[in-house]
Amino acid sequence: MLGKLSWAAIPFNEPIPLIVSIIMVLSVVGLLAFVALKGWVPYLWREWITSVDHKRVGVMYCLLALVMLLRGFSDAIMMRSQQALAYNAPGYLPPDHYNQVFSAHGTIMIFFVAMPFVVGLMNFVVPLQLGVRDVAFPTLNSVSFWMTASGMLLINLSLFIGNFARTGWLPYPPLSELAFSPDVGVDYYLWSLQISGIGTLLSGVNLVTTILKVRAPGMSYMRMPVFCWTSLASNLLIVAAFPILTATLAMLILDRYLGFHFFTNDLGGNPMMFVNLIWAWGHPEVYILILPAFGVFSEVISTFSSKPLFGYRSMVAATMAICVLSFMVWLHHFFTMGAGADVNAVFGVATMIIAVPTGVKIFNWLFTMYGGRVRFSVPMLWSLAFMVTFVIGGMTGVLMAVPPADFVLHNSLFLVAHFHNVIIGGVLFGAFAGYTYWFPKAFGFTLDERLGKAAFWCWLIGFYVAFMPLYVLGLMGMTRRMQHYDVAQWHPWLIVAAFGAAIIALGIGFQIAQLAWSIRTRDRRRDLTGDPWDGRSLEWATSSPPPIFNFAVLPDVHGEEAYWHIKERALGDQAMPDEPSYGEIEIPRNTPTGIITAFFATICGFALIWHIWWMVLLGFAGAFATFVLFAWRDNAEFVIGAAEVGRIDRERRAARAIRLPTREQIA
Amino acid sequence: MSAATTAAVHSGSDPYKIGHSDEQASQSTGHGEGGPASKRVVVGFGFWIFLLSDIVMFAAFFAAYAVLASATAGGPGPRQLFDLRNVQIETACLLLSSFSCGLATIAAERRHRVTTQVWLIVTGLLGACFLGLELREFSTMIGEGAGPQRSGFLSAFFALVGCHGVHVTAGLLWLGTMMAQLWFKGFKPHVLRRLLCFSLFWHALDIIWVALFTVVYILGVRP
Repeated sequence: MLGKLSWAAIPFNEPIPLIVSIIMVLSVVGLLAFVALKGWVPYLWREWITSVDHKRVGVMYCLLALVMLLRGFSDAIMMRSQQALAYNAPGYLPPDHYNQVFSAHGTIMIFFVAMPFVVGLMNFVVPLQLGVRDVAFPTLNSVSFWMTASGMLLINLSLFIGNFARTGWLPYPPLSELAFSPDVGVDYYLWSLQISGIGTLLSGVNLVTTILKVRAPGMSYMRMPVFCWTSLASNLLIVAAFPILTATLAMLILDRYLGFHFFTNDLGGNPMMFVNLIWAWGHPEVYILILPAFGVFSEVISTFSSKPLFGYRSMVAATMAICVLSFMVWLHHFFTMGAGADVNAVFGVATMIIAVPTGVKIFNWLFTMYGGRVRFSVPMLWSLAFMVTFVIGGMTGVLMAVPPADFVLHNSLFLVAHFHNVIIGGVLFGAFAGYTYWFPKAFGFTLDERLGKAAFWCWLIGFYVAFMPLYVLGLMGMTRRMQHYDVAQWHPWLIVAAFGAAIIALGIGFQIAQLAWSIRTRDRRRDLTGDPWDGRSLEWATSSPPPIFNFAVLPDVHGEEAYWHIKERALGDQAMPDEPSYGEIEIPRNTPTGIITAFFATICGFALIWHIWWMVLLGFAGAFATFVLFAWRDNAEFVIGAAEVGRIDRERRAARAIRLPTREQIA
Repeated sequence: MSAATTAAVHSGSDPYKIGHSDEQASQSTGHGEGGPASKRVVVGFGFWIFLLSDIVMFAAFFAAYAVLASATAGGPGPRQLFDLRNVQIETACLLLSSFSCGLATIAAERRHRVTTQVWLIVTGLLGACFLGLELREFSTMIGEGAGPQRSGFLSAFFALVGCHGVHVTAGLLWLGTMMAQLWFKGFKPHVLRRLLCFSLFWHALDIIWVALFTVVYILGVRP
């Protein structure tokens, strides 16, 4: 009746997971009860859960990422403290649990923190920067988000029902095959990633279509802000790479569920094929994450240097070059496979070539700052820290692209230090820069600068203290994923690294404080004009938060930096542009399709993990019924009348007109 | 600095604007002159992008098949297993169903409701025939002890061909839904857009089948 599910799945005899689970369940239940008692459920349902507005969906993506950052970071703290304690000692995490912790840490940080964060930023910003009202397929967008949320729910369920994979964040066979991982850990991994992967793929299709087909009049390709370009590159990579992940995980699923022999040791299976296929997705994936971050830095550095981006066209070329090259280097993740010197050399050189367009970008950012009036606000601080940190991480990457060096450093802590150096220093700093930069656009008030700077410094210093020792440890020969060790020389470095993690924890504490304090004091930090940073692209042309239709009249674009020119003209004339004639606007209706689909997807996933076949059928039937019902809907839009559009836009114009004579204070 | 001077500094004379196009040019270059594309274009284009991703997924299965094609583990290989006659009939069914799908599209463009439905039914029946023949082939092979558990080669074969079969099944479900919508709603704009997407999907399955027929069956039995 319930497949493999029984009371044995609850970790009664393991105190740590049990206590954590109880705390998590209690806090989720507590939060839900609080929301229900406050009577917020109808509001949340109407305005957020069923929303198909790209701005709301983007905010929910970012919120999901921030919550999961706490989960992933608590795993990190556990690993650092375990290794600080486990010199000639068992530490406090048993091997079985420790293996789950590092697997969950990597999986969560990549798939449920970094991915939703960048997808959320792209969702929120791209339509605004393109000067349009929404993404190409608003309902699909909501479905994508809720599929990601469904995957997240499944991966968190593994904490207290059953267990998680012990295979690392990429489940290499044969370890991940049924013969060596017979319990549900790998299945949790597989199904939560399949479900959230479908969400990511659909969101990629959506954003590619948006950028290529839905732009304001006059917004030609070479007039798009660089963030739109990097989003385009990133989403093209999603469309081209995520299907490979889906196929690869499907093969492993077939191996585990139906006894196929794709990756098994016997009967012709080929485990190395998994490694090739997974990295054919995995390497583009790191560029899927970093390219939008590059876009954020481009916007932030240009805005806070009060200058147009230096070398715009070379920036576009570099972005697209990285997009193409990212598919040609996957083998550098397993030089030690034994493909031979020639193959390794080709992939090594290809890898080093990627440093060229990246270097172009770094110089462009530096020259953007040169001669500008640089304002050291929090987003700019993240960008500056990124430039230094990412160059270090990039150089260690080029170092490991040399195959002989890689043979020494493969699977050592040097590698771990390298990819944290680029992912934290690149993707995460970029996400934080974007979060601070666009927060006022999303909510209408700015985040506190003082607490933001405190958080920044803790993160930056904590990062260096936590990860520079790992480079040293890697060179000293320490391999990754060690539950305990007996080399005395390693111990002090691991204590330093744990100390660094504690500093980062302080930074996260400041970030939470910043958010709470800024919400409390929101009335005196309102952004009334919609342009708090003296911005240059179209998202700053509308009010903060933007009305549901973003722009009352689609802006007519005459050149790069569309908003800057509108603004300069208004400041020169000391008058707002003439009032346009307002027309009615069609807005897609909210729909619960997304959350209902995700509900059935979660049921399907859970049932598949535990082999509850009737429930699988039920889930599929439910999902199909939802699809048919949604497709049956006739009036998918509602109309906002011209008078209402005019009223909202006149308010925005009045708020801006007040600011016209006072430009000096900002610029 | 007054507002007017700020404006002057940031106009086209800015010496730091290397790599930017001429600000004075009023013509917008490239696509995007006319603002957002029509709904029909957006939907069709988006569905093309989705099909592209679907084809990439098939590419991964093709790659796996290419790697494992010779991994028969002492079991039967392509030449013992494949019955080209059966595959020929399957191919004929699928190609004809693509043709009738095209006829349905033409009928829909002329807003002939009954003709459209008839050709859609023909498309569905031919698709179902294809699926039936494929399932018969699968069950014969499994009956002979050549199921996917037998070897890496057979795993890759069943996964690749089966993945196409799953797509055809999904297509049939979609087709049924489409016909019901057409029946009850008529040629509404959104029904027509979905019909467009369905025909794209159905033709794409044909393209994949042509590749599959060539790579798996013809190359498999060549002497």
